[in-house]
Amino acid sequence: MVMTISVEELLAEVVDPEIPVLTIADLGVLRDVAVDDGAVTVTITPTYSGCPALGVIEEDIVSVLTGAGFDRVTVNTVYSPAWTTDWMTESARQKLNEYGIAPPTANEPVLCPQCSAGDTTVVSLFGSTACKALMVCGECGEPFDHFKAI
Amino acid sequence: MPELAYLLRLADDNVVIGQRLGEYISRAPDLEEDLAVANIALDHIGVAQHLYTYAGELEDAGRSEDDLALGRTEREFTNALLVEQPHDGFGELIARQFLFDAYQMELWDAVSRSSDERLAGIAAKALKEARYHLRHTSGWVIRLGDGTEESHRRMQAGIDAMWRFTGELFETDDLDLAAGVDPASLRPAWDSTVDEVLAEATLARPDDPYQATGGRRGVHSEHLGHLLAEMQSMHRTYPDLEW
Repeated sequence: MVMTISVEELLAEVVDPEIPVLTIADLGVLRDVAVDDGAVTVTITPTYSGCPALGVIEEDIVSVLTGAGFDRVTVNTVYSPAWTTDWMTESARQKLNEYGIAPPTANEPVLCPQCSAGDTTVVSLFGSTACKALMVCGECGEPFDHFKAI
Repeated sequence: MPELAYLLRLADDNVVIGQRLGEYISRAPDLEEDLAVANIALDHIGVAQHLYTYAGELEDAGRSEDDLALGRTEREFTNALLVEQPHDGFGELIARQFLFDAYQMELWDAVSRSSDERLAGIAAKALKEARYHLRHTSGWVIRLGDGTEESHRRMQAGIDAMWRFTGELFETDDLDLAAGVDPASLRPAWDSTVDEVLAEATLARPDDPYQATGGRRGVHSEHLGHLLAEMQSMHRTYPDLEW
């Protein structure tokens, strides 16, 4: 039990390389951690099918845990159930907003992360990474990323 | 467990259209569209990667996802003819993608109910992506179709050029039936999506009685060989190369 908590604390250092304010736990990418006689099995799920961050995340998990003395680390990838932005924690949404990325929301309108105005429009459904769309605020004129709700 | 050949069929469709889209990056009408094309390509290649990995594990003969994507020949690819068709300009690219997105929406929905949990999971994720792609491409079909005289002409030409490769998507064989997904049953929903968008775009649904076929049996148009030659050149020149 003590071991499990410490592994989870170590994994709190593993962030999304494309959105470094979010840990894999914040994102909901981290699905399970099991420690059995010193061997650690970490289960993750991809956000988007083609998300290039997943490979880096796997490497980071192994590197953080082996660095802390766990020499038997396995990273499993599960596909089902499919990841959804609903798994993103409330604190993750706040961190995203403070970072300048509007968090995923099913309710229109998307609020500008800079000035909180609701007068925002989509510039492009596809943005700088697979998970984001490009938007602009009609109030303050700032362009910003919106984490797509899926 | 799904049949190996079924996983390869699904994967081949995705890697080939991903490669086609990749050819267009830096040539789109604007920067935002370059990003969109790149993102859509990435989604397709990601889906293909997950399917090839699964196929390799199922086959249990030591072939990785790279070996399956980059080490098989033209006759071994069983993608549909539609995805290998080259595009002469943006109208054809959007037409091909729109017709394929509408098909994948129905396909992934059906496959996501597969009794195989891993395949169902890959499909459930791909379904969300296909829905998003379709939102983008149907937007373009409407905008160009119901735009200027010239954009209407080009969008109609794109739909006309790709139409003869759509019938094959709904052909059923034993492999489909073994997987529990009958492509013929997906046709009514596809027809309804396509008809609705074409009508709003003021475009005519083509009335082309000729429908090409053969891709699912590895009999391709002349275009696939060229596409694979380019896609596989690094892997063939430097075997076991890893990125």
